[in-house]
Amino acid sequence: MSYHVNEKGYYGDFGGAYIPEMLYPNVEELRRNYLQIINDESFKKEFELLLKDYVGRPSPLYHARRLSERYGATIYLKREDLNHTGAHKINNAIGQIMVAERLGKKRIIAETGAGQHGVATATVCALRGLECVVYMGEIDIKRQAPNVARMKMMGATVVPATSGSKTLKDATNEAMRDWINNPVDTHYIIGSAVGPHPYPDMVARFQSIISEETRWQLKEKTGKETADYVLACVGGGSNAIGMFYHFLDDEDVKLIAVEAAGLGVDSGESAATTVLGKEGVLHGSRSILMQTPDGQVVEPYSISAGLDYPGIGPQHAHLFKSKRASYVSATDDEAMQAGLLLTRLEGIIPAIESSHALAHLEKMSFKGGETVVVCLSGRGDKDLDTYIRYFGL
Amino acid sequence: MNRLKHLFEHKKGPALSIYFTAGYPELNATLDIAEALEKAGADFLEIGFPYSDPVADGPVIQESSQKALDNGMTLEILFKQLKDLRKRVTIPVMLMGYVNPVLQYGVENFCRDAAKAGVDGVIVPDLPMYEYEELYSECFAKHQLSNIFLVTPQTSEERIRKIDSLSNGFIYLLSSSSTTGKNLSVSQNVEDYFKRIKSMNLDNPVVIGFGISDHESFQKANQYANGAIVGSAFVKLLGSGDGYLEKIPEFIRKIKGSGVS
Repeated sequence: MSYHVNEKGYYGDFGGAYIPEMLYPNVEELRRNYLQIINDESFKKEFELLLKDYVGRPSPLYHARRLSERYGATIYLKREDLNHTGAHKINNAIGQIMVAERLGKKRIIAETGAGQHGVATATVCALRGLECVVYMGEIDIKRQAPNVARMKMMGATVVPATSGSKTLKDATNEAMRDWINNPVDTHYIIGSAVGPHPYPDMVARFQSIISEETRWQLKEKTGKETADYVLACVGGGSNAIGMFYHFLDDEDVKLIAVEAAGLGVDSGESAATTVLGKEGVLHGSRSILMQTPDGQVVEPYSISAGLDYPGIGPQHAHLFKSKRASYVSATDDEAMQAGLLLTRLEGIIPAIESSHALAHLEKMSFKGGETVVVCLSGRGDKDLDTYIRYFGL
Repeated sequence: MNRLKHLFEHKKGPALSIYFTAGYPELNATLDIAEALEKAGADFLEIGFPYSDPVADGPVIQESSQKALDNGMTLEILFKQLKDLRKRVTIPVMLMGYVNPVLQYGVENFCRDAAKAGVDGVIVPDLPMYEYEELYSECFAKHQLSNIFLVTPQTSEERIRKIDSLSNGFIYLLSSSSTTGKNLSVSQNVEDYFKRIKSMNLDNPVVIGFGISDHESFQKANQYANGAIVGSAFVKLLGSGDGYLEKIPEFIRKIKGSGVS
């Protein structure tokens, strides 16, 4: 079975480009050119160099000994939190701004939830001298104030999304509206593995560096390129698809995607899309999303702004439906405890998003000797306020 | 009889279409508004079914959609309301909305119920041409529903030709690439674009929408097209409080201008 996109832009039943005509010329321009651009030798060279010298790649694959001891397996953390700007989002932002430049675009727009993608986009815009507008839900602006300040320092304009739930979904709507109104000179850097084709594929390719490195790092450390389990958290799913990408065809590698259950999957305050969602169309692709029987998108909830999204990318929907990956969830409480545990055992404060992936270790049973890789997608600096409030520190 | 075809073949002078969101400002006003619009002189109608994430719409229609949803509007309720549509309204009626509610209702169910209600066509901005051709065109044809495609200044000639070949009602020409509710400013560029479309001699009538809000923009659009669509400006009127039904004749008269029937 193929887990990748076909020439029509579909992953099995999911994907496509469900966009109004106003977006068609931009998306079509991208579709026609993206593969040629990113496979070009000069592009690859420049991308690799920036990842190395600017982002600080390869990110370490760290053997977390005390965490391993606790769970009885050999646990490695893929340290995307050590990237410049503090998360995996920068990988994609660099790739896309280079694509935008080659398409002759002068203005960059982006949506952001936790602010990590907004910061990454503002960063690469500063780096390349392009105008940058970031849409961010009004609620997220409040709960991620340090990231808002960082974006502003880089020269980006941060526009609050005040419609709907005032979070990531609505920021994405606003970014799409901006793109409709600026059809010629603007590129929209989507941060997650969502959106109309070719976005999910393009984002996955740029994030696939995560699993590409993991393979040779595992080989160095264990003598074997693959692990028994690979875990990542899923909102829209960009770190997860990057973490899974080069393991998709190794069917013996168990892929586990951890969604945000919020206050619990049955609480009405959750973002566990594969449990609560149904097939439908959101933000330009056919996927799985949380919705009413009438097809209205439901407001999700998670303590983590980066996972507070009512859908998942179409490739994830395909991996879920084909059962290639298992989709589980962790509640706010489980994630917060897992975040604190990692801090205490390894001296690493993870982003609350990443803490969701860590939380699932608690529910796994190991015979001993299994190799596990967890994608530590971001660092927790931006979440200090939430940690402080939650634990009464 | 095909009401749309009849309209464009027999209409002398420009046709005026009005968009409104079903369920706004009140859940059960749909047919009252439609009837009042026909009586006031509107030539055809677009009834919007609301969606939580209308990415092609500006603030006015976004707010009307949210209010309609808060009022409890669903496709199921809308089709119940539309059961008496053809007892009260004779002009062509389109349904306009986003694809996800249609998918959840079921495309076949949607087409069947729309046809049964006497709806003439459907405008779903985020339904891609490829999916329409492959999956839905048969169902639309079976129920004699016209699918209305949008064209923007950035749409290529090749694609416009293709759209023309797939259309059987009219082509919805956007005055600019924008979300709804912006004012039309007819620059040289816009005029060149309208002229370019007119000179293509398309098989289908062309109706201009987005940014048409008053007599002046209506007149301007009709120099190049068979009609024009007013949306946000009318939705604003609906939101202006009690007595909105009584304000409809004046609204239509002002847009059409005196002496135009």
